[in-house]
Amino acid sequence: MAPQPLLAAVEVRRQFGALAALDGVDLAIGPGEAVGIVGPNGAGKTTLLNVLAGTIAPSSGTVAFRGTDITRAAASRRARLGIGRAHQVPRPFGGMTVFENCFVSASTGGGLRRRAAYERCLEVLTLCDLDDVADRRADTLGLLGRKRLELARALATNPVLLLLDEIGAGLTDAEAEALVVMINELHSAGIAIIWIEHIVHVLVQVVSRLICMDAGRVIADGEPRAVMSDARVVDAYLGTAAA
Amino acid sequence: MTWVNDVIQGILLGGYYGIIACGLALMFGVMRIINLAHGDIAVLGAYLIYLLLEHWNVSPLIGLLPVLPVMLLLGYLLQRLVLQRSLRSGLLTPLLATFGLSIVIQNVLEQTFSPDVRSLGQDTGSLVTAAWKINSEISISALSTLIFGAAVLIFAGVQLFLSRTNAGRRMRATAEDPDTAELVGIDSRSVYAWATAVAVAIATVGGLALALRSSFFPYSGPDQLIFAFEAVVIGGLGSSLWGALLGGIVLGVAQTIGAQINPEYSILAGHIVFLVVLISPRGGLLTLRSARGARRALPTVTT
Repeated sequence: MAPQPLLAAVEVRRQFGALAALDGVDLAIGPGEAVGIVGPNGAGKTTLLNVLAGTIAPSSGTVAFRGTDITRAAASRRARLGIGRAHQVPRPFGGMTVFENCFVSASTGGGLRRRAAYERCLEVLTLCDLDDVADRRADTLGLLGRKRLELARALATNPVLLLLDEIGAGLTDAEAEALVVMINELHSAGIAIIWIEHIVHVLVQVVSRLICMDAGRVIADGEPRAVMSDARVVDAYLGTAAA
Repeated sequence: MTWVNDVIQGILLGGYYGIIACGLALMFGVMRIINLAHGDIAVLGAYLIYLLLEHWNVSPLIGLLPVLPVMLLLGYLLQRLVLQRSLRSGLLTPLLATFGLSIVIQNVLEQTFSPDVRSLGQDTGSLVTAAWKINSEISISALSTLIFGAAVLIFAGVQLFLSRTNAGRRMRATAEDPDTAELVGIDSRSVYAWATAVAVAIATVGGLALALRSSFFPYSGPDQLIFAFEAVVIGGLGSSLWGALLGGIVLGVAQTIGAQINPEYSILAGHIVFLVVLISPRGGLLTLRSARGARRALPTVTT
């Protein structure tokens, strides 16, 4: 791996009452690397993404981005530094137009001036196939439109690292296929990606490295095929065959 | 013909209610904070203008200019130092914090300025007495017209700010979903602080309007808060900013018509309209969807 990882999480713990949602997670992502995260429900995948994005603070441990410690940095600062985030359930600013959703993101998170922000928005809206609904209010979009907007808005911040949380969930095969093409495009443009997804066959079309989490810990990390056949991963999904 | 005059006077009075309702609606719309000290802040602004008049003989309308940035700063600090902390612990804490603030402001004003009732109306020259006489029954006062004009300007200004500027878009995004706003790079605390600053500055204009058209003393705040609150609710809580001005106008017209029936019914008529709107199933005039359903609750830590 490169001498300095793009993002490095060390010994990250997050306690919710007595439950350790994250129980000492170490994770290092190289520049431009695409990593998938799988694991059963409640494994702590979304919590990990929230800690990386800054929505919640870790109980202990550190997060560094491009060599700078950002453990205490607000989510807004991380967005400006280049960490973009898309939710599993899209959360558009419903009262604003699709274009405004992206514009506010490009001009704030992306730090772009008016003209540059405008062009950036056109670019991501075209990429995400939203250019013909740009002037519609975001809350009039259907699920697929909202998912695209969620991605477009994250892209508008001009991220170097994109955190995707099950954005494929609820899509048809054809829609998921289109999503894969889009994300592959982003990946080849040099954006590092951390993608949580249950649908592994979709995931492996993009990522070259797979991480499996269970009970707040990383239990396997490596080449996708090897991870999926790992005995601990099979156990986590299917339960231990014999006690 | 007296009815025509009542309606005209009511509309103009509604301009004043609109001004004090504007800041209240803004803070509620952006942060879900009901600022119980809003009326007292308006009165505090009036006292600062009075201070300038008393010591340096600055005319109230001119005095507003230096007081506005002071109040803007005060609002900014109020959010940063007091309300932001209270927001962490749910809906009730900010309500109690502003309630406490209201009492503090009233007592500080009484200590500093004595409980005497004051008015700034006589210090603005002919503005208070000037009027256009349309006929024997309709007469339009210059001061009321000025206040109404100020109200329209304030509402149009805030509306333009929210819809056309980038800072306004950031404010709308934060109002809808502060956590997600953070994820696109918006510093929600800073947005909150500026929203409060603007609300407090607008309240100051309301305080000046109060001081010019009638009188004020350290405990005038709660009454103004009630009128502002009624205007916001009649206009449709949190649905549209213009609703607050419309609500203020309805309140003003109800009061002047009530006063025409019997001077004692003036305030009561306003309260009755407010109660009717409150219990009506549709809610306020401009409420298209229920305020509860349309907006997310206060920012909470997502798990």
